[in-house]
Amino acid sequence: MKVLVPVKRVIDYNVKARVKADQTGIELANVKMSMNPFDEISVEEALRLREAGIAEEVVAVSIGEQKCQETIRTALAMGADRGIHVLHDGETEPLAVAKILRALAEKEEPKVIILGKQAIDDDCNQTGQMLAALLGWGQATFISRLEISGDAVSATREVDGGLQNIELALPVILTTDLRLNEPRYASLPNIMKAKRKPIDQYTPEDLEVDPSPRLRVLQVVEPPGREAGVKVETVAELVDKLRNDAKVI
Amino acid sequence: MAVLIVAEHDNSELKPATLHAVTAGLAMGGGLDLLVAGHDCAGVAEQAAAVAGVGTVKVADAPEYANGLAENMARLLVQVAADYTHVVAPATTFGKDVMPRAAALLDTQQVSDISEVVDADTFVRPIYAGNALATVQSSDAVKLITVRTTAFEAAETGSGTGTVAALGATGDAGLSRYVGSELSSSERPELTSARVVISGGRGMQSGENFPLIEAVADRLGAAVGASRAAVDAGYVPNDYQVGQTGKVVAPELYIAVGISGAIQHLAGMKDSKVIVAINKDEEAPIFQVADYGLVADLFKAVPELEEELERQGYGT
Ligand SMILES: Cc1cc2nc3c(=O)[nH]c(=O)nc-3n(C[C@H](O)[C@H](O)[C@H](O)COP(=O)(O)OP(=O)(O)OC[C@H]3O[C@@H](n4cnc5c(N)ncnc54)[C@H](O)[C@@H]3O)c2cc1C
Ligand SMILES: Cc1cc2nc3c(=O)[nH]c(=O)nc-3n(C[C@H](O)[C@H](O)[C@H](O)COP(=O)(O)OP(=O)(O)OC[C@H]3O[C@@H](n4cnc5c(N)ncnc54)[C@H](O)[C@@H]3O)c2cc1C
Repeated sequence: MKVLVPVKRVIDYNVKARVKADQTGIELANVKMSMNPFDEISVEEALRLREAGIAEEVVAVSIGEQKCQETIRTALAMGADRGIHVLHDGETEPLAVAKILRALAEKEEPKVIILGKQAIDDDCNQTGQMLAALLGWGQATFISRLEISGDAVSATREVDGGLQNIELALPVILTTDLRLNEPRYASLPNIMKAKRKPIDQYTPEDLEVDPSPRLRVLQVVEPPGREAGVKVETVAELVDKLRNDAKVI
Repeated sequence: MAVLIVAEHDNSELKPATLHAVTAGLAMGGGLDLLVAGHDCAGVAEQAAAVAGVGTVKVADAPEYANGLAENMARLLVQVAADYTHVVAPATTFGKDVMPRAAALLDTQQVSDISEVVDADTFVRPIYAGNALATVQSSDAVKLITVRTTAFEAAETGSGTGTVAALGATGDAGLSRYVGSELSSSERPELTSARVVISGGRGMQSGENFPLIEAVADRLGAAVGASRAAVDAGYVPNDYQVGQTGKVVAPELYIAVGISGAIQHLAGMKDSKVIVAINKDEEAPIFQVADYGLVADLFKAVPELEEELERQGYGT
């Protein structure tokens, strides 16, 4: 069985995003970029499926500019077997990404596709669900537990009220939540090995997908800042301020 | 223009998140209907009809909708969407699971987690953990939208005069099966709609220390939340997590205890009206967003806070 893992190159989670002066987007020049943290969790889960003998091959896919190959290499260094890069400069929206992934799924015929629940840049939380719809597969989103045995899939989902358990059958789309696993670090020998692993390249046109965005971004601005607060010395002073100045208790 | 709100409920009660989505929907203009898909959910339909501004409550009552499984819900939405220009749901785990699936089937690029309606086609949404606000315009014929509930007031209930109409069911897609839930039960208010929230972080050191926070919560009628670090460490369940990848809250008062103030945590609480931080490290970034900061050891300050509230007659 093959597992496909879409990995997105995003601004590193430690970097505070800055709005461009012309209000057209986020300043990404000379900013540290990394693999979307949820996608590291997806890669880890796929590797564990392979190590458990459930999967034979783990394929990492990224869609975007040439530098996405670095993100794919990160997945390969963690242990993925090979990569696919769909080269596209400019913006991609979840629907277009899902269509590209559908085309790749039809070529590669994986039984499991593991995506992050959200990318930490656009926070859309859409791609996995859209891909599931396009393929007509079942979906287990925001999962914190996964078991696969034969064709049967059992998963626990993190939902607003707590946890939800569902069962599905392969093929399936999974999206990962934070507590599914703790991703491994790539060891130096594996980083070296990853350099020799193959990465196939396509364009959206090769896959007959029109990647042009549907949404028009009119402007991107900074949110209103908060006014500087004050330090209080004692608990009694705090309660007094909350009661008499802020009037919130 | 016609707006359909997808109701979130548990087959007996309409969830408050729906009311916030209604307010957003009314701002998009045109008539507004509500879709209640569930099983044995007539009570919910009645509650939905009483929401101010609702025209028709469309009810699909069948076993396949009992647990809101996305595969079944999306099939229904695709059929119902034909009569609408906007299909709107709250950006809860329910809305996030169901809506993109329907959007893809309708070949629509969903707009997620909007915080403002500019006009019928144009919306503001936070991106990059709330460090930027993007204004986006959709040209899709049917727009699928999820709504950040804290950014819109709850619609009034009780005064509505909606009519209830039954819909045919679309059958079980046969792709997933609901097994069960482990829901946290609490006497305290729900995190995303509470007037006061008090959250604990890694500084709490263990789950055994959370009762310190709970005692304050009970004095103030507050909900209890947590940072990711506290949830990952197993101090409290996952549904306590506030932040970019947890719940977004915007209470009148947010009290952060032993939380450093990482970007991802701030994303979930910085729209609170008043923020209090209790942290022993005066350099902690949380103080940059706090209206009132107390540099102190929480194990001393939190019990003191509870005593002070008691002295001043708060709670029981
Ligand atoms: C204001 C604004 C500015 C933007 N600026 C830029 C920009 O400067 N540069 C740019 O490239 N895009 C930009 N975009 C587009 C943005 O990158 C897309 O919306 C994104 O591809 C999909 O949204 P998401 O990642 O939030 O999806 P989600 O649904 O949150 O992603 C979930 C999962 O889908 C998978 N996935 C998503 N995208 C990819 C991908 N490309 N490759 C592999 N797997 C993927 C991953 O597994 C990910 O964890 C911008 C969008 C907006 C609204
Ligand atoms: C993809 C991704 C998503 C994430 N999503 C979220 C999210 O949704 N929500 C979230 O919260 N985080 C999220 N995080 C994690 C985030 O980056 C931080 O790691 C986390 O918020 C830190 O939690 P904390 O403040 O409790 O712990 P720490 O950063 O360890 O801070 C603990 C604080 O407690 C203080 N302290 C310790 N002892 C005491 C004491 N006795 N008295 C007073 N103060 C004390 C310390 O001074 C310190 O400031 C995410 C991270 C990633 C990578």
